[in-house]
Amino acid sequence: MPFSAAPPASGEPSALSASLDNARHLSSLLRALHFQDHATCFATASGLRVTVEDAKCIQANAFIQAEIFQEFAVQEESVVFRINLSVLLDCLTIFGTSSLPGTSTALRMCYRGYGYPLMLFLEEGGVVTVCKINTQEPEELLDFDFCSTKVVNKIILQSEGLREAFAELDMTSEVLQITMSPDKPYFRLSTFGNAGSAHLDYPRDSDLMEAFHCNQTQTNRYKISLLKPSTKALALSCKVSIRTDAQGFLSLQYMIRNEDGQICFVEYYCCPDEDITEGEL
Amino acid sequence: LSRIGDELYLEPTESGLSLRAVNSSRSAFASFLFAPLFFQLYEPGGPAPDTERFRCKVHMKSFLGIFRSLPSLEKSVGKCLILLKPRASRLVLQLHCKYGVTKTHNLAFQECERLQAVFDTRSCSSRLCAPARVLADAVVHFPLTLAEVTLGTGPGGKISLRNYMEDEAEPSKTMMTELCLAEDEFQSVAVSPGSRITFCLKEFRGLLTFAEASNLPLTIHFDEPGRPVVFTLDDTVLEVHLVLATLSDLESDSQPAPTNGVSHLPAPPDDFADDLESYMAALETSTYEGATGRPPSPTFPLHSPRTGQSDPEEGEEDEDGAVPGTPPHKKFRSLFFGSVLTPGGPGLAPTQEVLAEDSDGE
Repeated sequence: MPFSAAPPASGEPSALSASLDNARHLSSLLRALHFQDHATCFATASGLRVTVEDAKCIQANAFIQAEIFQEFAVQEESVVFRINLSVLLDCLTIFGTSSLPGTSTALRMCYRGYGYPLMLFLEEGGVVTVCKINTQEPEELLDFDFCSTKVVNKIILQSEGLREAFAELDMTSEVLQITMSPDKPYFRLSTFGNAGSAHLDYPRDSDLMEAFHCNQTQTNRYKISLLKPSTKALALSCKVSIRTDAQGFLSLQYMIRNEDGQICFVEYYCCPDEDITEGEL
Repeated sequence: LSRIGDELYLEPTESGLSLRAVNSSRSAFASFLFAPLFFQLYEPGGPAPDTERFRCKVHMKSFLGIFRSLPSLEKSVGKCLILLKPRASRLVLQLHCKYGVTKTHNLAFQECERLQAVFDTRSCSSRLCAPARVLADAVVHFPLTLAEVTLGTGPGGKISLRNYMEDEAEPSKTMMTELCLAEDEFQSVAVSPGSRITFCLKEFRGLLTFAEASNLPLTIHFDEPGRPVVFTLDDTVLEVHLVLATLSDLESDSQPAPTNGVSHLPAPPDDFADDLESYMAALETSTYEGATGRPPSPTFPLHSPRTGQSDPEEGEEDEDGAVPGTPPHKKFRSLFFGSVLTPGGPGLAPTQEVLAEDSDGE
């Protein structure tokens, strides 16, 4: 198939067609979600959303607004399909993952509609690769019903302060305990591993703290294996917002600036771990 | 210390905080004593001056895990607070980092006996002192896989280092490396000529790395083959000792008749093996008899003179030491380990009868 910006020969407009000068803008975000093989893609006029879920407890979403793309057209109200994320990432990075300055992979995506595969045209330095990835029926996704009006505690931190902490989390601990409080310790991350417990405290007046809105003392535990993948999103981001609602559901929103200075978001939602009784600090 | 053992022993004393380790075959022991001046604040604590100082041991890996990335620690950590909380059974390490962030680690510890190798540098007939760099440069010529090295003193003040070959190895198939250092490369030399000792290189390398980094001269105290070699580093706020067993001469006979210089420590025998190990002592050359010509086994010796009594605790690794022909290939004499409750200078473990049997803790 010739690599061109023209619509497919059949004359039917694609349900989704998009062009991106630098495929890394997409691949790096998707890598931050890559803790499961499959993802669900939603495309609307405002942009693309990719969702990955695990264990019915955790959901991660990446948002790439239409403005990030050089061309972004969606024919129907919305386009939804499920796809193998591992394969998608392999294709997007088919020319390699190292980012040499000045070189980038150009991407064109076409999806004709329900039942059709996702077509990717990737070009770098005059070499063109065509990929055809089968799509699947989208599955029912969790609705965490997490809206800003129900937020009990909210903190915005500079990612720099959390990166090392997340990278060095004691993985022998089953849970990551998060305490947010208007009083000391303000914001605390705790693990309970084989060697003993570890607590990481961030005071409310720390330089890292961009916003601190905690109304109630809450301590919640989350399965550490579910949250650990969020470290990738944290590594890419410049800021992170951490919010909990009355049920203890956790929302982590990462603000990511790409190579061209454009902003994208990745968010993680996680249910609290119900096996453990609360209040054990 | 992690090059030596899997457990870190912490002992706060009046003269500072002592960190120690011993290897599993009891042929290497190291201690780092940080004087109170090393710290911004040093409070050994304890309810009353006479009470036994609390000591504990933690898993080396858990402890090291807290200080994982040195470069980032240097950049981000301002202060480290170490608290020993016996009632909570926790060793607390608190790192005060930049941006006001505090990392608190609560490590579980085990109570333990005092870990002390018995040695006396004053009784060593030979002593060498050199900048760590000189020795490090010398040792670098030996392959990393080399287990033992022989340090020898020759005529004309020549100090040589040679790789040690096992008897079983064929001379024609092994590469031999010998390095000689002149007397003037050392800061001080006080040796009996013609002496030669063989010790394990791996543990020595660990100390050398530290010595080089801290730019301290290293002193080597040694004596006859079979007697432990002691490496020391001295500084105003730090005293380091590394005690390694040395290979005994093949001519000396086996069948050690060791005695356990045991005096009873009123300590909670939570961990049997530990209690036992601390009480082990090995004797040396002078008490050897028998003519089997077989070198003694490296792990702790241990025929108890009180054969009449049942010694269930002896059963563990120590039996191996007593049984002839057991696996350990190394012919190292084990170190002196005595329970050091009796005050007085560090001396050789005297040949004593066992004063009291170990009580069965369970």
